[in-house]
Amino acid sequence: MELTVNGHKHEVDVEDDMPLLWVLRDELKISGVKYGCGIAQCGACTVHIDGEAVRSCQVAAADVWGAVTTIEGLGTPDALHAVQAAWIEHQVAQCGYCQSGQIMQAASLLAENPAPSDADIDDAMSGNLCRCGTYSRIRAAVKTAAKNLQEA
Amino acid sequence: MASIGKIARRTFLIGSAAIAGGVAFGVWRYKTPYDNPLESDLAEGEAALTPYVKIDANGVTLITPRADKGQGAYHVQAALIAEELDVDLDQIRVDPGPPDRAYWNTALSAEAADFMSPGEGVMNRLAGGAADAMMKFIGLQITGGSTTVPDGFTKLRQAGASARETLKLAASEQTGTPVAQLTTKSGQVILPDGTALPFTELAAIAATLDPVQDVALRDPSQWRYIGKPMQRLDIVAKSTGTQDYGIDAHVPGMVHATVLLNPAQTGSLRDYDATDALNMRGVKAVLPITGGLGIVADNTWRAFQAAQAIKAEWGPAPFPADMQDHWKRLSDSFTDGAQDSRKRDDGDVEAALTGDVIEAEYRAPYLAHAPLEPISAIVRVDDDAVEVWTGTQIPRFIQANIARITGVDADKVTVHVLMMGGSFGHRLEDEVVKQATEIAMQMKGTPVKLTYSREEDMMHDFPRQIAMARARGKVEGGKVTALDLGIAMPSVMASQMGRQSLSAPGPDSQIVAGAWDQPFAIPNKRVTGYRAEGLAPISSWRSVGASSNGFFYNAALDELIHAAGADPLQERLRLCDDDRARKVLEAVAEMSSWDGPTPSEGKGRGVALTYSFGVHCAEVVEVTNTPDGIRIDTVWTAAEVGTVVDPVNFENLVQGGVIFALGHAMNCEITYTDGVADQWNFDSYPGMRLNQVPQIEIRGLENGDTVHGIGEPPVPPAAPALAGAIFAATGTRLREMPFNKFVDFV
Repeated sequence: MELTVNGHKHEVDVEDDMPLLWVLRDELKISGVKYGCGIAQCGACTVHIDGEAVRSCQVAAADVWGAVTTIEGLGTPDALHAVQAAWIEHQVAQCGYCQSGQIMQAASLLAENPAPSDADIDDAMSGNLCRCGTYSRIRAAVKTAAKNLQEA
Repeated sequence: MASIGKIARRTFLIGSAAIAGGVAFGVWRYKTPYDNPLESDLAEGEAALTPYVKIDANGVTLITPRADKGQGAYHVQAALIAEELDVDLDQIRVDPGPPDRAYWNTALSAEAADFMSPGEGVMNRLAGGAADAMMKFIGLQITGGSTTVPDGFTKLRQAGASARETLKLAASEQTGTPVAQLTTKSGQVILPDGTALPFTELAAIAATLDPVQDVALRDPSQWRYIGKPMQRLDIVAKSTGTQDYGIDAHVPGMVHATVLLNPAQTGSLRDYDATDALNMRGVKAVLPITGGLGIVADNTWRAFQAAQAIKAEWGPAPFPADMQDHWKRLSDSFTDGAQDSRKRDDGDVEAALTGDVIEAEYRAPYLAHAPLEPISAIVRVDDDAVEVWTGTQIPRFIQANIARITGVDADKVTVHVLMMGGSFGHRLEDEVVKQATEIAMQMKGTPVKLTYSREEDMMHDFPRQIAMARARGKVEGGKVTALDLGIAMPSVMASQMGRQSLSAPGPDSQIVAGAWDQPFAIPNKRVTGYRAEGLAPISSWRSVGASSNGFFYNAALDELIHAAGADPLQERLRLCDDDRARKVLEAVAEMSSWDGPTPSEGKGRGVALTYSFGVHCAEVVEVTNTPDGIRIDTVWTAAEVGTVVDPVNFENLVQGGVIFALGHAMNCEITYTDGVADQWNFDSYPGMRLNQVPQIEIRGLENGDTVHGIGEPPVPPAAPALAGAIFAATGTRLREMPFNKFVDFV
């Protein structure tokens, strides 16, 4: 089957029910997307399909309905997305393992809702687990990214 | 190079060695007159260098031997070296270095002194502290116990300073300019006329010189990095998906494996049928290993799926099947025969505890570590060598264990330490490496990448200790006058060291850690530890014994203070007999504008202080009793760490420690049914999510004369401060974690 990931088309030969997460990680060697739980409880595997944040561990390869964007496609160290820039400004990461998913979730939130309230942020981001407890900085970084995107 | 005669009396000495195209600076270890096991592999008069700074044509590399599991260890270690070396943090690379006995952790051995008490053969022969020597003996290149900063604070700066002065000497030799007229900046030696000589071009000359010794370390007023906000070296990679972790490692030709282990932790495999699994796409092999099976495939998910298709028959758990019996073993352990230690016995507790004695019992459950990155390892076994890639805090133990399993010499076992997606103590264990080795031995020459599923990771975690405490106390005239605290738990050190084939003789200080040495001068005070046997195997969990005992001690103290009719913060201040602890309590009182436990209708406040890992840490928690349950509004935290090396990382670690502690105290436990953990994934073990996170204000105090790490100390006081706040808001006294068994949280 054919998948478009970060603007590139890939032909993959996998079972229909292999989760997108594992197609990305093990078949396409795109490792910014992380495995944390496999049951949509942690959000580490969050990617965008046609701009919408989804848990890639819950999307079967055959069901992928649009272009896939991973953290690598959102922005790069030399061309940061506004959310990534805010994450760096606030030095959010400790271990950093959840942050790909947090950033993809936040980018999707801000695309839909450019000026989220505290409650909106809580609602959108509470599915993304951070075991190190960087949540205070995540809240601050989402607000900074929102502000910078609105001024851009 | 310095001669051995000149260096024999020093504590540690900076040395140098020529390397290809450059020079390495580091700490000499050397053979001394007494039998120091650290140097046992050296002949008399021989020396070996432990490098911390390497300079060659490619640039400057700083060696950071303490592992990074998210706490910023690589960054802090690099900053300590760079502070004296005069390199910019964007000019250098960091490398965790090879496992080497010379990277021993002096700070951790001081903390561990009690459980490694003298009495065993080799240690009695050693000069100095027995535990310190024991740590050298087993060569603990361990990351743990909040020791990275205290261990490296002087050693790493000294390495940087000596390297800098030696590079200046090299520039002097090359140009004829006296050293006194040279300065250094941004990886260069600067001549009086402004000419800049890069360190990389001076490296070869520096390698021929005796390293400059006893360089005075810079006064704190001159520090460029320490105490200043710094951008973590890994922050861009961790914000762009370009940071590789152990689970992302790829070795050419590798296969993907997982394990199916007896669901009852450490139980045996009796029989299995893998016919269906072996017929699945991509599955290469199903191989028996200790306690279960290794499933080898061409893709991680295919290995996971195949594991589910195996029918296996398992042996029983080697510990009580159900929780009722775990708690009974604890409650049966409060006996003279099971007494492990009585490190505190002030006044006359028996005489004081007459008349109206207040009694209570407290409980803390097993808890999983559950870092977000599941454990993994890549191992390739060849006939005469083994190579390992994994995120670990114990590379030296891994070398020894693989040598034992494979028969390959330990010095032929190469361990690549990779970045870790959290640990909280999880990666102080190496079962995943042993299992990957057992699989790889059955397919020699092929790199085997073993990845645990989340379910295997959580079910087969060695959890935090289960613990129970019994308190008896007395109040008179509005004051707390007696506290008798007994704590029963299994020995984490015996369990953990046992898995490394090491004995842990003597009492286990962790059974009473965070309780026996608290800075409160209650006139009659006794703390007794009881060792419970036969329970589930356990391991060190962020703040170890203090994680349960900080709750027990403060919760008991709160009940006595309430009975005395006193204010929980004012009575703690009155009892406090340590100036640093007093300042920490005063700090949270000021930060929170403390005015009693019930600031307004429906709100409650609690306070706790725990002294652990050399740090006094106090917290005030404020909650609101809403119609839907308890909401945590604000936490104020102050900690005395001597010197705050990196204020950004300090704030992040303290906030994270508070969230980690509160999330588990509120929402988490590991329980066993028929010997199998009931919690397999984050649906039943949620920790804390963003919607429950309070405002967290922090303050680092710098009154002490030593430097302490901050990874663990914020954890112990959080749960009791929350329990105190809930009591103030609702009148409900919580004596058992997790609290969500008794109150709802919003």
